[in-house]
Amino acid sequence: MSKITINIDGKEVQTQEGEFILNAARANDIFIPAICYLTRCSPTLACRICLVEADGKQVYACNAKSKDGMKITTSTENIEKERRAIMEVYDVNHPLQCGVCDQSGECELQNYTLEMGVDSQSYAVKDVDRSDIDWGHLHYNPGLCIVCERCVTTCKDMIGDSSFKTVPRGADALEAEFKESMPKDAYAMWNKLNKSLIGLTSGEEMLDCTSCGECAAVCPVGALVDTHFIYKSNAWELTQIPATCGHCSAGCQISYDVKHTSIENTEDKIYRVMNEWNYVSLCGAGRYGFDYQNKVESKDKVAFANAVEAFKKADTIEFTSTITNEEAYILQSLKEKLGLKLINSEAKSFQTFLNDYSEISGTKLYGNNLQNTHNSNFVISVGTALKSDNPNARYALNNSMTVNKGAGLYFHPVKDPIIEGLGKSIMTVSHAPLQEEAALYLVLDLFGNKEKLPSDVTDYLASFHSEKTITVTETIKEEVIEIVKVTKVNEETGEEEEVEEEKKKMVPKKVSKEVQVDDNRLLEILGADDNFMEALEKNLKKKDTFALIAGPDLYDHPNSKNLARLLGLIEKYSDFEITMIPTLTNSLGVALICELDDTKGSFTVGYNVQADFTLSALGDGDLDMPAINQQEGTLTSINKRVNPTNAAIGYKGYELNDIANELGLKAKNIVDYTISLPTASGFKAQNFDDLPNHYDNDGSEHRGYVLENVKVKTLSDESVEKFSDEKLTLNQGGQATFIIYLANPVRQFTEFTHKTTNLDEVGGLYMSEEFLSKSDLNEGDSVKVKSERGELIVNIVSDNKISGDIALLPTFDSKINSGAVISGYRFATASIEKV
Amino acid sequence: MNNEQFNDRNVSNDYFLVDIEDYPTDGWGKFKRVIKRSFRGELFVGLWVVLREMIRFDIHTVKYPEEKMPIGPRYRAVHEMKRLWESDTERCIGCGLCEKICISNCIRIDTKIDENSRKEVSEYSINLGRCIFCGYCAEVCPELAITHGGEYENASDQREHFVMYEDMLTPLDKMKAATQLEFEGFGAITPHEDERVKKTPLAY
Repeated sequence: MSKITINIDGKEVQTQEGEFILNAARANDIFIPAICYLTRCSPTLACRICLVEADGKQVYACNAKSKDGMKITTSTENIEKERRAIMEVYDVNHPLQCGVCDQSGECELQNYTLEMGVDSQSYAVKDVDRSDIDWGHLHYNPGLCIVCERCVTTCKDMIGDSSFKTVPRGADALEAEFKESMPKDAYAMWNKLNKSLIGLTSGEEMLDCTSCGECAAVCPVGALVDTHFIYKSNAWELTQIPATCGHCSAGCQISYDVKHTSIENTEDKIYRVMNEWNYVSLCGAGRYGFDYQNKVESKDKVAFANAVEAFKKADTIEFTSTITNEEAYILQSLKEKLGLKLINSEAKSFQTFLNDYSEISGTKLYGNNLQNTHNSNFVISVGTALKSDNPNARYALNNSMTVNKGAGLYFHPVKDPIIEGLGKSIMTVSHAPLQEEAALYLVLDLFGNKEKLPSDVTDYLASFHSEKTITVTETIKEEVIEIVKVTKVNEETGEEEEVEEEKKKMVPKKVSKEVQVDDNRLLEILGADDNFMEALEKNLKKKDTFALIAGPDLYDHPNSKNLARLLGLIEKYSDFEITMIPTLTNSLGVALICELDDTKGSFTVGYNVQADFTLSALGDGDLDMPAINQQEGTLTSINKRVNPTNAAIGYKGYELNDIANELGLKAKNIVDYTISLPTASGFKAQNFDDLPNHYDNDGSEHRGYVLENVKVKTLSDESVEKFSDEKLTLNQGGQATFIIYLANPVRQFTEFTHKTTNLDEVGGLYMSEEFLSKSDLNEGDSVKVKSERGELIVNIVSDNKISGDIALLPTFDSKINSGAVISGYRFATASIEKV
Repeated sequence: MNNEQFNDRNVSNDYFLVDIEDYPTDGWGKFKRVIKRSFRGELFVGLWVVLREMIRFDIHTVKYPEEKMPIGPRYRAVHEMKRLWESDTERCIGCGLCEKICISNCIRIDTKIDENSRKEVSEYSINLGRCIFCGYCAEVCPELAITHGGEYENASDQREHFVMYEDMLTPLDKMKAATQLEFEGFGAITPHEDERVKKTPLAY
């Protein structure tokens, strides 16, 4: 990729070789109309309105690549004619009742119709019945649909569900005269438009996907609308509050759209969540899980006094990472001032993991981020249930495969039909729990630079290899000489006579051969397919950018230290760049700000954790706290960015800062602490008010700041431990057991997502349909799950988003005390019996 | 952003300063001012006009509230919500344009989806204390639903004074009697509208 200069409408523009003209223009604030194109997805070529003239030839700006010295004109007489005709076509049979359309005011059809000055209509076709369809959380109105296929494109190229396709419209053919009389592109576009509508790939009546709602967000018209938002408010009445999603570590930029609740109630209410879908894609939790605020009517002075007393009395604060950096900073300051202990098990294990990792890598943080993962073309995921741990990481994996012609490799014990469905170039390896080390060793073995790797590691890797002799049946072509009799006319005599001739012929022949091949025992340990190496070789062709996503399974692994060191080696000695998924929203921030302790004291104050005195943003504690959508502050994301978020709705109670002020810290607002976040960990001394939160037209992200990846001392010892063969299996000690895994369904992360009205996932023990059908358990059965640690009674929920034999136990529902059965490593064996 | 429209305040230079005497500061000066203002004789000018008209017996004032002047059809008083002649249902479709255009921000509208999947107005209010009766809402209404009526007696003991949707809707008995009046002010259909409309081709 080299820098080139192209000329658009007389303006010299710098861009990358091979960049689409449309993107180059947009990055330089040159307007080219375009409807169907989505940045970060492959061009759809449905609308054809982005016609431009490049070097005297008409091309589509969304899929024509820039070449050095190209001269581009965005508007000629013919192009204007085409565009006007295209907009007229889009307006054919489009309802004129904009007043009752939810998209009115932010409708691209409205905008472009005005932009092109369409004030008369020259085309007509008989309409077909296009009635509304209810698809569950989405509502499709084919009458409004302009079949730009943005929903199809984003679902396939970004999300990976591929839930939509175009289906036949069943309309009459266009009148023949239009072919002659209409501009060429407009006719071609109309001809296609008139034949199709959007339908579900599954053919079912209801949408069964991971429910991210991205399709409704990208819809330029009011055809796809979130069911919860239908006819609730006009777009222009909503105030957009730029924020950062508080549900997972992806830290997506969102805007909370707020307005007064109703005529009687003037309090602000969040009506919906919007995103800059060209640059960031949300998951269902971000989009639909917005009303998790803690509604507090007034300041409870008694509870506050009790809280201050409790802090004075306490020797421990236990908390979760669903807090802002500033709150974490206050907790750390309180620790220093009052000598308290800070307990946060999930952030602690992440912190330890990062420290172990940096001993080898030499940097405090992992090197990669999701942005780069989007742009790479070979992605490996290890130790994470990708679709539910961090949906954005899954989008990055899918996007890298669809748009960059990449491939993926997914190591995880739980079989996942969603990940397997991402495409042909994803390879999944479902290894036994506890064998994550083998996966990392395999990565080192396959991709590590053997010459530079420490010799004992190379030796250890070599110990897995053996030569084995296999019999291969090959088809070879053999040359056979045949003698054939040919009848020929003898030239001398003029008579026909038979002559013998030699003919060479190639004949296929099957040969059995004994071949010495390399046998990698790691593959066997991981349970990879027999043709794994062949498939991998195929997938690795033309790949040059490599990314690895590591997840929370590794942080709590019994051998987490070794895993961290292996990741360090991979980062150092292979082309792979590593991203680690922080367990919760701000686990990374907490890990960088707080010094965490291992053991509790005698009196504990809990923040979002039930303890002797509980502060809770969930509204179930002794003193209420504001939820993340009611606070100003910053959150540290997986992309190592410190993202600012604003308060969407009011909060009338006390916040942590009030308690801190009472205990001797002094700050008027909690965001006064933003500037004091520890620079030694990579934070920057910047005021909250100076932090930007937006994207530029060229897609560059201006949100908060990127953490500095502080250099740390490396250990000269780069040895890694051999891994044990110990693994969790269904039969242990002859007794039939189940393996359970601590993971939430997609769209659920914590009790905060559970609290919201639009996310309706039911908590329970999730089992795959396949597993349920072969066991004597049924959906809805109440079962007792018993592990070494304890037992728990829970209902079985059938889940078609997983397959295989492992059952999933969620953490988002506080009624299911999953901590009673699993703690630490996310997998455990348990017995399950009906009660 | 271009600030031209804010910077050009379109003010001509024809202003002049009014000659104002300095305010008195001492007690004597103030006393003199009181005397001067009280006995300037202007008081009697007014008294004379009243007396003169009384003697003439040619009085033009209306004896309000016993007598009221007729109101013109384009008068803009308290709003009304019209119903459809054909079905007696509400004309309002809940598009919210009135809420948007209202320059004193006194209209609020709540909508929802009804059982027939149509947009339904669940609540509608106008704060008459804020309303300046400019008529924009009636003008912008695409359905001729919100209009101004002739009811101007809307004195209230509070500054905030709301009318709700039901208060403004034409009563059904009035519809039965076919006495709903069409609004003829701005926003209403002008005569010869049919001739001026450009129709889109709908061959089917």
